[in-house]
Amino acid sequence: MKVLDYSEIEGRSGSYIGWLALLGVFLALGGAAALTMEHYGHAITGMNNQVVWGMPHVFAVFLIVAASGALNVASIASVFGKSFYKPLAPLSGLLAIALLVGGLAVLVLDLGRPDRLIVAMTYYNFKSIFAWNIILYTGFIAVVYVYLWMMMERRFNAHTKKAGVAAFSWRLILTTGTGSIFGFLVARSAYDTALMAPMFIIMSLAFGTAIYLVTIIAAYRWTGRELGFSVIARLRSLLGTFVAAVLLIVAIYHLTNLYITQKHDVERFILADGGVYTALFWVGQVFIGGVLPLWLCWHKRWQSSVTATVVASLFVVLGGLAQMYVIIIGGQVLPLEMFPGFDVTSGFSDGQVARYTPSVYELFLGLGGVAIAGLVVSVGVKILRFLPVSLADSAVDPHVKSAAGKQ
Amino acid sequence: MSEHQEQEMEGGLSRRQFVSAGAAVAVGAVLAPGVFLHSVAQARSPAEGASNYQRWGLLIDTNKCRTGCDDCVSACKKENGWGNEQVRDEQKVQWIRKVDLKEHHTGREVSLPMMCQHCAEPPCVDVCPTGASFKRADGIVLVDKHICIGCRYCMMACPYKARSFVHEDVIHGDAYMPRGKGTVESCTLCVHRVDKGQNPACVESCKEKAMTFGDLNDPKSEIAQRVSQYATRQIRADLKLNPGVRYEGI
Ligand code: SF4
Ligand code: SF4
Repeated sequence: MKVLDYSEIEGRSGSYIGWLALLGVFLALGGAAALTMEHYGHAITGMNNQVVWGMPHVFAVFLIVAASGALNVASIASVFGKSFYKPLAPLSGLLAIALLVGGLAVLVLDLGRPDRLIVAMTYYNFKSIFAWNIILYTGFIAVVYVYLWMMMERRFNAHTKKAGVAAFSWRLILTTGTGSIFGFLVARSAYDTALMAPMFIIMSLAFGTAIYLVTIIAAYRWTGRELGFSVIARLRSLLGTFVAAVLLIVAIYHLTNLYITQKHDVERFILADGGVYTALFWVGQVFIGGVLPLWLCWHKRWQSSVTATVVASLFVVLGGLAQMYVIIIGGQVLPLEMFPGFDVTSGFSDGQVARYTPSVYELFLGLGGVAIAGLVVSVGVKILRFLPVSLADSAVDPHVKSAAGKQ
Repeated sequence: MSEHQEQEMEGGLSRRQFVSAGAAVAVGAVLAPGVFLHSVAQARSPAEGASNYQRWGLLIDTNKCRTGCDDCVSACKKENGWGNEQVRDEQKVQWIRKVDLKEHHTGREVSLPMMCQHCAEPPCVDVCPTGASFKRADGIVLVDKHICIGCRYCMMACPYKARSFVHEDVIHGDAYMPRGKGTVESCTLCVHRVDKGQNPACVESCKEKAMTFGDLNDPKSEIAQRVSQYATRQIRADLKLNPGVRYEGI
């Protein structure tokens, strides 16, 4: 295969500046939200003493999970030796770092005492999976950084595979760790399952691939570079597989829960009479995040449509956020079962489904994290050579005679 | 499980405990008169660190606890300075709350106070990333408000909803009970009183004498004797957290 040229994007066009400005606005809004929350306390948010993790966690966990999945494209190239994906690898690494940084920023700014970040870094309780995650996240950034370096600096290219394997293993552990944050909460019946970690790994693949697809299509469209359809088609078929896998594991999760009597309450709530949570599950997670993208990825009618692929990817992202909302918030609003066989009432909402309405501050904080990820990628591709000059079919794969379809 | 806990769960009296009880009597004897002692054998001087000779516990007799009464809640608010929060109800701090139960088939009603159960195997301590949540040697579970970063993972992990997050600026409490926006707090078993040999405020306030405070490790204490003689219950015993708060009559 011939050697591909990579180059920075020019980044002087009006639309590039406009795009940065737009991200900047969301960044500013997120920053303002964080400052306001710190000043007035969490009183101004929708979070309360029943639902202690709210919208910021939905965004943060989504971004962190997606970060690990975004690295998948690079892993296919260097760990599984598929040379087709090689030119796509640098962007994959950049995206992984960007998403993780965005997610971590949201997580930290949502702390009750974000000013004590230094405490979080110096006092460790090694029994805590949360503390382990802090190490896993920072380590991930370092490992991917090295991996990118090996990949992008020609004289180190020989080490790319080793670095790739390290990054690949690290990301599996990282997602397992993130899933385990919930898996360890034995007191809450929605989370108390060994399926949490594998579910998170599969979700990460779907979310990460979707975000990768949107990013690469946007980057090549906006810079006028050539992006062959074979790249899109391959990634799209990956996306389809991952989305199907998510649906499958979600089905397994709920079916096993239905088998366990103690979990019938949770299941009835999520699947049938949980109001907004039931709607988010069926409409958001299953239909928008699962069925529709599958149709767009697999149906003949959309086979040659780039737009359909972009829409499918965006749906996966929206569905993923809905899924996070159902897992994180839906898992908390249900009353903790302390007295089986009794009706429970108290002045502290025992025995009742808790209420939660996200505030604008939380929403902006979450979107601020997305903006950070967007900025890291947008600025990254301008200052370093992440993107191949051309990803035309002939450039990436000499065996491809003609594109699978027209753009 | 440590040897110590095993003995305690069996309610047996080891030689070490016996010896320690003797030592505690000696310490108690030199305490200044006028300090109320829950029982001489349990006292130790405030200068002494917490020790694992004790396992402080509470026994709540729900047969005595009156529906509608919340004297223990008021006493706790007064003692520890919470309850004046200006926020929405769901955001209010709740160190101790009254819970009313009604049995499905019989309609039998039970009322009881619920607070941190001071678990011997506390999940809040296990999950806390900074170690701000900790268990003293004598079994009291506390939050170090100077290290707590307000991540609220402990609240997610607690099966009893015993912890509260402070959502707004609060007046900093007394030196023995610092409070602060953005940190988590919960029942301390009135550790500042216990260390002086007094009972927790809720126990003192209960006119029905529904709560007994004492050392579960001291076989002579009232609580240890009642726990060994009558059927008592640990809430969510299935989780095997071995809480220090036990209930009678549910
Ligand atoms: S009751 Fe909750 S807060 Fe108290 S020790 Fe147990 S887990 Fe921790
Ligand atoms: S909120 Fe504070 S006490 Fe609770 S887990 Fe986080 S750091 Fe520990």
